[in-house]
Amino acid sequence: MGTTDGPAAGKAPDGLGPVLEARGISKRFPGVLALDRVSLALRPGEVHALVGENGAGKSTLIKVFTGVHRPDEGELRYRGEPASFATPLDAQRSGISTIYQEVNLVPMMSVARNLMLGREPRNRFGVIDAARMNAEAERVLAGYGVETDVRRPLRTLGIGAQQMVALARAVSIDAKVVIMDEPTSSLEPREVATLFGVIRRLREQDIAVIYVSHRLEELYQVCDRVTVLRDGRLAHTGDIHELERIQLISLMLGRDVGEVRSGGLTRFSRDRGRAVTAEPVVEARGLKRRHVLQDVSVSVRPGEVVGLGGLLGAGRSETAKAIIGALPLDSGQVIVAGSPLRRRTTAGAIKAGISLLPEDRKAEGIIPTLSVRENIALAALPALARAGVVSDARIDQVVDTFMKRLRIKASSPHQKVSELSGGNQQKVLLARWLAMQPKVLILDEPTRGIDVGAKAEVQALIDELAEAGLGVLLISSDLEELVEGSDRILVLRDGAVVGELSGDEVTEERIMASIAEHSSTNPEEADAHG
Amino acid sequence: MTTDTTVIAPESGNGAARKERISHLIQQHGALMVLFALIVVGTFGFDSFATPENAASVVVASSFTAIIAIGMTFVIISGGIDLSVGSLFVLGGVLAAWGSQYGAVVALLLPLLACGAVGLAQGLLIARTGMAPFIVTLAGLLGVRGLMLAISDEGATTYLVRDRTFAALGQGEILGLTYPVYITIVLALLGMLLLQRTGFGQNVYAIGGNEQAAALMGVPVARTKVYVYLMSGLLAGLAGALNAARLSSGVTILGIGLELDVIAAVVIGGTLLTGGAGGLTGTIAGVLLLGVIQSLINQVGNLTSSFQQVVSGAFLALVVIAQRLLSKAQRL
Repeated sequence: MGTTDGPAAGKAPDGLGPVLEARGISKRFPGVLALDRVSLALRPGEVHALVGENGAGKSTLIKVFTGVHRPDEGELRYRGEPASFATPLDAQRSGISTIYQEVNLVPMMSVARNLMLGREPRNRFGVIDAARMNAEAERVLAGYGVETDVRRPLRTLGIGAQQMVALARAVSIDAKVVIMDEPTSSLEPREVATLFGVIRRLREQDIAVIYVSHRLEELYQVCDRVTVLRDGRLAHTGDIHELERIQLISLMLGRDVGEVRSGGLTRFSRDRGRAVTAEPVVEARGLKRRHVLQDVSVSVRPGEVVGLGGLLGAGRSETAKAIIGALPLDSGQVIVAGSPLRRRTTAGAIKAGISLLPEDRKAEGIIPTLSVRENIALAALPALARAGVVSDARIDQVVDTFMKRLRIKASSPHQKVSELSGGNQQKVLLARWLAMQPKVLILDEPTRGIDVGAKAEVQALIDELAEAGLGVLLISSDLEELVEGSDRILVLRDGAVVGELSGDEVTEERIMASIAEHSSTNPEEADAHG
Repeated sequence: MTTDTTVIAPESGNGAARKERISHLIQQHGALMVLFALIVVGTFGFDSFATPENAASVVVASSFTAIIAIGMTFVIISGGIDLSVGSLFVLGGVLAAWGSQYGAVVALLLPLLACGAVGLAQGLLIARTGMAPFIVTLAGLLGVRGLMLAISDEGATTYLVRDRTFAALGQGEILGLTYPVYITIVLALLGMLLLQRTGFGQNVYAIGGNEQAAALMGVPVARTKVYVYLMSGLLAGLAGALNAARLSSGVTILGIGLELDVIAAVVIGGTLLTGGAGGLTGTIAGVLLLGVIQSLINQVGNLTSSFQQVVSGAFLALVVIAQRLLSKAQRL
């Protein structure tokens, strides 16, 4: 059953060669080599997992496949011939469809109109035949397990159903390749089962699927082969079932199983293992949010650096945002220095003494058009003011102190922040939050995208701050940084804490092991629910 | 393959679905309901309200706004705005009156050509350079008004309509209603067909609803936008020409601020100012509603007609608040 819908005429694959192939693709962005001679061959009818951590090059590679980026080097081949897609639309017309994490449809239009947009059935006057369109849409969607009134606006459906509509649309425009970017991130288990059913059907119709996900058990459940990218390079490609979970994780994180270098690359020098007995300065209890966090509890004591480990999408940044009050929660409590935050707002959390250095400093942190001085003083202004008026001398003093203490390299306090290097921008942000005299500092990827020297300085600073009695919550994808910087590490997976490591247990192997350990759900068992 | 038949139930239950359908209905037809209510109130409240003469005068006066509002509905559904229509309306009138010395054909084509060109230029700027519609059409508003003042010697010269055939286009009557009313009806019906039952109309909705998604779904975004502003310009010019024919002259002072009345009518008619939803039935109801409010205030003898703007303004505010609440209700 189930073969009546989908591509109009299930064409035979063109021989046995790959349907889509990247040969030695390189892509350079200013200052970064996002892809370094990456090759990937996608066979008709296979489900190919594409995995890697942040900055590994997955999304760049997908954008090369879908015509968003053009490669600087290398060749893209599609159905056996060299190909070059000018726009995403161009790629789509050739048969490469992409299902994005965020559903890319028009929420206010009806389900049927979304599904049929651009190829609506016409009557003999050339006018859209609404009745036929709706009937057709209903028929197609039934094949994807979606049974609903197709005249309703799309936004009234659940996210899972919306994603099925997107998928149905992608496949029904005669796709040869379907790229799915984190398709299950907002699906219920039942919807995931339906999605997997559809994926298997695509496989039977010789449609190739590129499947991007961080959920390991899903990969083992539905994928045939896997390609691992790391730092823009191909780390591994092969049959997924020949690879143990722990091997896959170590490939993604770039760490050899059982053999971890203890080189002096990081600049952390603080005496670890000092018994920290004080009361927690911040304590988060039972943070819960559907699909995102499942009962996460964290506590940080003064002078302690607590690391949050886990793969991308495990809920690390979300935990940070929840603590600072920037992520609405279903339930949970944040306690600062013994007293619970009553109203969960960012302003309240900052006032109570929590500061967050966000992951994406461009979008969430610095204001590039303002000067170093203004950027530093911004958050602290209310605290510096007397009767609502802030004296310039006072600001100068604060700014000067932090520029010296953090060794910010700028021509003057009046230089625009956008003209500074990434590392110095990061320090400006750090100065902004330190000027607030916080009790707890949450650092989300504090050294990402900054050069080696600045990285070491930021790491040394984290040490200094902890010694001065600040509680630090450190999030980093750099395992080495995490292990050498933290006193204690909580390992997250799929929005839940799956392990806590302290003292001698704080090692890279232990982190990887606890990620792997808990992702060993039996695929067959999960399958049976479908 | 029998495992993939799981039904994904819609998120909302039956009660919620009904609530959503009702709020959708109010959003779409709220203006029509209020229009009926006001007509009933007027009929029982004032003897001189429900007369054929009064009804005809409301409908005739509304027809010019309605023609412009048809174009504006497309623009707003596509997520844009066109502030230049008031100026184009005046320019169209002046050009038609001036052109009428060369015959009816010139009198009709000249304003269409000129206003269409302005609309096309605005559309190209908006679609190809990504400039904000508000700014581009504000520039259009100012520029066209200046142009109109220049050709009419700062408004001192009023061109009279010289051609009888052309004047008849604005003044001729069938069953007590002037031709522009019938032209409006035909245009509105064509507009509905275009909006609801053609690919172009679907593209307009898709662009206003989610432009990025529309582009990825293969909608020719730039071309559709150009057409939308071209259409708006053409309709504003046509309305101006018909108005000149009705008045037998190209009056230069009418039409200042008309764009705001038109936008108000479209929004009152249930089209979302943020784009993506709305329709022409509502727009026509919105235009008539503003006309009826004016007529009712005229019936209340001791109120000046300026009071009409106060009421329209208050009504617009109410509609926007209601829309906000309704779209919240629809989001469930």
